[in-house]
Formats: sequence, structure tokens, C-alpha cells
Amino acid sequence: MVKDVLIEKREIMYRDALNEALKEEMARDDKVFIMGEGIAQRGGSYKVTVGLLEQFGKKRVFDTPISENGFTGAGIGAALTGMRPVVEILFIDFTMLILDQLINQAAKFRFMSGDTASVPLVLRTQGGVGNGLAAQHSQSLEALFYHIPGLKVVMPSTPYDAKGLLKAAIRCDDPVIFIEHKLLYMNKGEVPGGEYIIPLGQADIKRTGTDLTIIAWSGMVPKVMQAAEILAKEGISAEVVDPRSLVPLDKMTIINSVKKTEHVLIVQEAARRGGVGSDISSIIQEEAFDYIDSPVKILGGLNTPCPFNLNLEKVVIPQVEDIIRAAKEVIYAV
Amino acid sequence: MKKYTKDFLISLYTTMYKIRNFEEQAIKLYRDGLIRGYFHPYLGEEAIATGVCAAMDSHDYITSTHRGHGHCLAWGADLKRMFSEVLGRENGYCKGLGGSMHIADYTKNNLGANGIVGSGVPIAVGAALGISIRNEKHMVSTFISDGGSGIGSFLEGLNLASAWKLPVLFVIENNQYAVSTPIEESTGETELYKRGIGFGVESIRIDGNDVIEVYKTAKSFADRCKNGQGPFLMECITFRKSGHHVNDPGLYLPKEKLEHFKLHDPLIIGKKHLTSSAGLSEAEISEIEKQAMAEIMEAIDFAVKSPEMSEEKFLKFVEEY
Ligand SMILES: Cc1ncc(C[n+]2csc(CCOP(=O)(O)OP(=O)(O)O)c2C)c(N)n1
Ligand SMILES: [Mg+2]
Repeated sequence: MVKDVLIEKREIMYRDALNEALKEEMARDDKVFIMGEGIAQRGGSYKVTVGLLEQFGKKRVFDTPISENGFTGAGIGAALTGMRPVVEILFIDFTMLILDQLINQAAKFRFMSGDTASVPLVLRTQGGVGNGLAAQHSQSLEALFYHIPGLKVVMPSTPYDAKGLLKAAIRCDDPVIFIEHKLLYMNKGEVPGGEYIIPLGQADIKRTGTDLTIIAWSGMVPKVMQAAEILAKEGISAEVVDPRSLVPLDKMTIINSVKKTEHVLIVQEAARRGGVGSDISSIIQEEAFDYIDSPVKILGGLNTPCPFNLNLEKVVIPQVEDIIRAAKEVIYAV
Repeated sequence: MKKYTKDFLISLYTTMYKIRNFEEQAIKLYRDGLIRGYFHPYLGEEAIATGVCAAMDSHDYITSTHRGHGHCLAWGADLKRMFSEVLGRENGYCKGLGGSMHIADYTKNNLGANGIVGSGVPIAVGAALGISIRNEKHMVSTFISDGGSGIGSFLEGLNLASAWKLPVLFVIENNQYAVSTPIEESTGETELYKRGIGFGVESIRIDGNDVIEVYKTAKSFADRCKNGQGPFLMECITFRKSGHHVNDPGLYLPKEKLEHFKLHDPLIIGKKHLTSSAGLSEAEISEIEKQAMAEIMEAIDFAVKSPEMSEEKFLKFVEEY
């Protein structure tokens, strides 16, 4: 949207884009503060919070003990009483320890209070398969949060999106779970120097095409883009739609693309069963059934925990070749 | 001091020496690109696992942490299968599916390392609950570090064991750091054994780098657990000799502490016991070390040559998931 406000052209890393968003929002609003494990002096495991302590001081940037449920709850309490906390949970796998605070508490207050309370909290975390991080540090768990009314779910795939969406998330008056991907932090992309915001609920067409729509988010987007490149050489024109936020979901952009291409492939890193892909597929069948030419295909992770062994790790989540194969299946309806 | 047999003192030292060298060799394999993912060495803390496990017997159980190689080895694991696991090979304890952070031997009552800080504690309490219901005279030791002592799982587990009078020994390996966070920043009460007292659990703080002191304390608590007097808690003061994991240089660790613990090292102290109490000569000790090292090198050779699980076999294994 505000892409035309480009002041200078520059490329920065995903992690630096997030860092800029935090700095800008903390400078703009002194109610924004950030806490998490090793985020202050150390600047976070993925260097997203580097320099924040120096700039904003230890009242607004501080390390927590390893007490996820407790400090997330404390974030929620602060949010309920006027602050705008950004709470970091190192791995999405560890959000399993904070489910009561997030789901029974934060997600419910606006509703239960008859719209007299709100929880403007951002829970930053990261998920996905890395390199040999095994079953308890590799999960993609967005579907769990997607399922909960009252939570927003954001999953940026590029530095540009990461910055604009994190700023929107911090300004959002409701709890947002902001899920980064561990393999994206060092990816570079164009990010304008000036201030911009990407509203939640706006999908982005990462590549335009005419033959099929591939829907993907987070760590799968770069893989899908690679696949689309190869497909193009083989004469198949894929349109890549990145919803960017899963809640709210930009159905319009998805449906419009589907109407144009009449073929749909959804690619998700998360285990196939009960994933967000299934829900998007059902939305497409409900709202664009007459337009689609072949069954909506979902390429997901295998329904299994992630193995430690590196070769097997590759087997459990979609790879570029798998995406290409699946795209052809959709096009040729084989 | 109670006199320990020469063989016993040798076995304690050998275990510590193997842990130290398992880690150092594994770090080399890591640097050579043969091991990936998280790898948290137990360097500098060898006396704790060694002393505690020596005080237990094979019907007892342990739960470990993300820093789990020491516990695994001290519990009696086979070096070949350990190296195979951290290298992701099918001969490993978990067929290469678990790796360093999930190494376990459920067939021999090692309930495993854990990727989630604190989560082994309630599981240990559950194992003790089973022991209690079955009226057995066994016990469970659960390891945790200073950082983990602030998490709900630990505090709830401690309270449950206390309320139900279960045969659990809580072992806090207080290495004074949780990644880069010093203990003073994560709690207002840094004498962690007092957490046990707060829950009505008899608790003590000891030097965790002296294997004899660890053993003595653990032995008395383990025996009393088996007599129905548990639970107990022992806080073992120690220090990490290196970064949090292989890729962390640990630059935040204060020099004075590193220097202090360089001399106050579990292996140096263990060696003193061998020379002073067991009367071993330097030559005899280096012979013991040579043998242990040969075992380690043989295990590495075995592991490096071991196959990985095939894709077909893996897909078959996960078919029903
Ligand atoms: C619930 C949970 N939170 C955070 C982490 C990430 N993490 C892994 S080890 C660690 C530090 C643990 O410190 P401590 O308990 O003192 O153990 P030590 O590393 O000193 O052995 C952290 C924060 C985790 N694995 N699980
Ligand atoms: Mg510690």
C-alpha cells in the first residue's frame, strides 16, 4: 500500500526490520515495553532486540526468568491496565506453557467484559524447522492459535512485511501472536527508510500469475517463490499469495486470485492434519466453488514430530521439488 | 571421612573423565559439521551427575535436562550408542530421531533429556508416584539448573512430591547462569535450596564440584527416600566451563569465576581423591585415562560408520501418527 512512500532504496535483514519496528514504536509510544529471555544485554537469540536496552533503558527492556506462564501473564496484566507490552517467547514450542494466560485470559477479556476491557499485547515468537533442532524446537503451531477466537495471528515472510506488520501489531488493541520463522532472520529484502504500516488482514501477491494460485505463508514463501520461478521456465505461471496475517484473513485477495487462475495449491510447513490450509481450502470451496477447475490441493508437513536426523528432517516438510510436483498435479489434475 | 574403596573412587573418576572427554570430542565432531542443532555440554559439572547416579541403583529412575549427556553417561549409557544418537544415527539410543536434547534410555529407567526447561520434573514426580503406588523401595532423581528453578513445573513438582511424600531427590545444578542471565537477575533468593524448605522438603546446599561430597549427600537422601522419608533437595554449586551451547562463546561469564572454577574443577578434585584417599600414582591414573580415552575413540569410530535411518523405514515408522 504505502510502497510509493519509498524514500530510499535499501536492503536489510528480516531481523533488522523487526528491530527497526520495535525501536520506532518504542520511540513513538512510551507505553511500549519489551521483555523475554536474554533479550536485553544479549539482544535476543536471533539478535532482534539488539540496541534496545541502550536506547530505552532497563525499565522498558529487560530479561525475564525462565517463567513463561508467569511473565506472559504479567504482560497481559500490564496490557489490561494501559501498557503495550511486547513479550518474547523464544520458541513457539514454549508457548505451550502459556496457553492458559493466552487463551483463557488474554483472548477472552474484551468479550467477557462486554467490550470494556482490552489486551493490547504482542506475543513475539518464532517457529518452524531449523537445522537439526528436533521435535521440541521445530514445530509450526499456528493452527492452535488460529482456532482461538480473540487472538490475531501474524506470520510475515519478508523483511518488508515483518516491519510493517510488527508496527501494526503493536498498535493493535487486541492480543496478537506474531510468529517469526527461524530460517528467515538472515534473509534480506527491500525495506524503505521511512515509516510505514501494513494493516493486519491484507494479503500480498508476491508474484502474479495466471495458471494457478499458490497460497503460502512464513517460511514456505521463499520456497514457493523458488518453485514458481522453476515452474515459469516450464511454462506454468503461478500466482503466489501470502496472507501475511492468518487472523484476520484477507479472503478477498485469495478468492480473487482463485477466480482468475481456477487452480489452487496451499503449501504449509505445519503438519497437514487440522492445519490452517484445511480451513483456507474450505473457504475457497464455499466461496469460489464454481470457479475452480480441479480439487484444491494442500501440501503440508507430514503428520509427525520433527526428527533430529537432518535427512529425515527434510522429508517431513515440503521442499521446492515437492511444491513443483504438487503444482503440476493441480494443473494437470493428475 | 569415610573410607571408600579404591575401585569405587576409580569408577567415579573414570565416569567424570568420560563425560569430560565425550563432550570435548563431540564438540570437535560438531566443529567438523558432523553434529548439528543444539548441543549443550556438561563441561565443569561432571561431579554432580556422577555422584548422584553412583548413589542410586538400576531400579531407580532419572530425568535430565537439555544439558543431558552427563546424566546419561553417569547412568551407565553405552558410549557407542550415545555418540550414535548425537550424530543422528540409527544405532543411537533413540534411532537418531531424538538427538542430543532428547537422549534417553527408557528401557533402563533413564527418562531422558528434555528440550523444555523444567518439564522433566513433574515426570520424575510421576515416576515416583508409580513407585509409591506399587509399594516399591525405589526412588527418582530429577536434575534441574538454577534457571529452571523459577519455572512452574519445578515448583509445582516440588510441592506435589512434598504433599504426597514421594521418593524424589531434586538435584539443582546451580551453575549460576541461565544462558547469559546470572542467577541474581532471575530471583530474589539465590540460595536455591531454600525453595525446598519453603515447601517442607529437607534441603541442603553443597559443593557440586566435589564428587565425594555429592555422592555422600545423594546416597544418604536416596537411602532415606527408599525408606519412605522423601522427598529431598540438594543444591549443588558448580559452574559452566563454556558457553551455553557449542555456538555460544560465553563471553558474559566473569573471568574471576572462570578462573576460580578452572582450579576448583571436578576432575582436579576427583584426581586428588585418587591420589590422597586411594593412593594411586600419576602413572596409574594416566593408565585409567588412556583406557577411557580409547573407549571413547572406538565409540566415535563406531558411530561415524553407523548408518542413518532410511526414508522408507522412517515413513513406515510414522505411518500411524
Ligand atoms: C520452557 C523453556 N524456556 C526456555 C527454554 C530455552 N532455554 C534452553 S536452556 C535455557 C537456560 C536454562 O538455564 P538453566 O536452567 O540454568 O540450565 P543450564 O543451561 O544452566 O544447565 C533456556 C532459556 C527452554 N528450552 N524451555
Ligand atoms: Mg544454569
